[in-house]
Amino acid sequence: MNMESMYQEIILDHYKNPHGRGLREPFDAESFQVNPTCGDEVTLRVAVVDDKVTDVSYEGQGCSISQASTSVLTDLVTGRPVGEALSTMDAFVTMVQGRGQVEPDEDVLEDGVAFAGVAKYPARVKCALLGWMAFKDAVSRVEGAA
Amino acid sequence: MTTTAPLDVETIRKDFPILSRLVHGDKPLVYLDNAATSQKPRQVLDALVEYYEKHNANVHRGIHTLAEEATALYEGARDKVAAFIGAPSRDEVVFTKNSSEAMNLVARVLGEAGPGYRVGPGDEIVITEMEHHSNIVPWHQLADRTGATVKWFGLTDEGRLDLSTLDSVITERTKIVSMVHVSNLLGTINPVDKVVARAREVGALVLIDASQSAPHLPLNVRDLGADFVAFTGHKMLGPTGVGVLWGRHQLLNELPPFLGGGEMIELVTMERSTFAAPPHKFEAGTPPIAEAVGLGAAIDYLTAVGMQAIAAHEHELTEYVLAALADVPGVRIIGPPTAEGRVAEVSFSVEGIHPHDVGQVLDDLGIAVRVGHHCARPAVVHYGIPATTRASFYLYNTTAEADALVAGLAQVKKVFT
Repeated sequence: MNMESMYQEIILDHYKNPHGRGLREPFDAESFQVNPTCGDEVTLRVAVVDDKVTDVSYEGQGCSISQASTSVLTDLVTGRPVGEALSTMDAFVTMVQGRGQVEPDEDVLEDGVAFAGVAKYPARVKCALLGWMAFKDAVSRVEGAA
Repeated sequence: MTTTAPLDVETIRKDFPILSRLVHGDKPLVYLDNAATSQKPRQVLDALVEYYEKHNANVHRGIHTLAEEATALYEGARDKVAAFIGAPSRDEVVFTKNSSEAMNLVARVLGEAGPGYRVGPGDEIVITEMEHHSNIVPWHQLADRTGATVKWFGLTDEGRLDLSTLDSVITERTKIVSMVHVSNLLGTINPVDKVVARAREVGALVLIDASQSAPHLPLNVRDLGADFVAFTGHKMLGPTGVGVLWGRHQLLNELPPFLGGGEMIELVTMERSTFAAPPHKFEAGTPPIAEAVGLGAAIDYLTAVGMQAIAAHEHELTEYVLAALADVPGVRIIGPPTAEGRVAEVSFSVEGIHPHDVGQVLDDLGIAVRVGHHCARPAVVHYGIPATTRASFYLYNTTAEADALVAGLAQVKKVFT
């Protein structure tokens, strides 16, 4: 069954027990993103100290893919320098937009490699990227303000 | 009520080539996304091919054989539509691209009409909370252009229109009431007659979006009593790219044209243009000729099967699927809970599981449903949910397919809980 390659155990775990969920203070920028085709939403905050992502917090509603990928995001970027977090984001985006042709680097993406299967479902790619788009937007607001 | 013979669904299914295909390798297709678009019978596909193979030409423009044949076929399709909806005159049938264009046409020309019909500052436009975006956005745009305001009928918990405010929502200031006949989200059949009666008292026009009723119920524009009725071909076994606006002849005659171009003119000089009579006045440019011919073939098919028989079959399916879903723990029906006054379009939520995930697992089992807000976001928001899963049935669907849906939901729960 093909679908099982998308709904990996790791994704379902993150969906049922999300990491870093809840909106927290202090934060430097907030971004609200919505997927107009399905109504999935995420509000995501980032705190940046000395060019390092010190906290990512979020609230959202949506499918397992959008919510789990945001949970994975918090694991991957929290505590990292902004530049490193953004290159991790690029690797994630490249993987899920790669139509199944991109071999992900587990050292970079950790649990994120579980989303490789999403790349074969074009309708779900936006779901996997929702939280990441919020992160990118929030970081650019922090940097714009700096 | 006359009794109608049950549909021979097995024979009907043989007319639809796509229904015998497999998906994801070996799964028979269970197509329950008919409110989005219907499948097409062989007879419609053949009509399209035959048109292009034997008769293709532009219409109303040539004196050669093919042009005459193409024109006769295109205008013949207009006759079929007129008969199908009980139009007093074939000249009241305007071919459009789809329902959206039909409703945009009305909204656009009402903003540009002469006194009497023109929507202007202080005027009111009335719609309902269960409209498809195609019957919301054009009115927002018209209000923005003209300074008019948009007013709404709300919804009841059961998924019906709340008409307790009928007299305060439709007032002397109301210029147009535009409402859906059958909701694409809730499956509700609306009591159009009550709204039309109130609109008549205040002299307002009425537009009915029949996109979800024309395919499923006997439709007669005289009985509806409205001024305009819009529907689309592809939801009623026809091709994409052709829709219909029916309008009262006097209105079509007096309202200004929509798009300008070929076909819709009477005389063009370097100074000015004068316009053709309806319906051509509203059909600028080369129309969707093959698509109209295909819609005509779809109407022949529906008529041969019988709209009464189709409605009766779907009513049985509605009863069956509502009862089956009521037995599934965690499933909440969004819309009327019984089959009375509703059609076989059933929206629901599954507790704790997002519709996208429901739809994905069902797809893996070969079951095609729609997930999301169904272009009716205000209604979805009204019921406090982000989206729904919708299973929508048609003449070729069976109770076995409803069973497959219910079995699929058990699989969905297994994956996510």
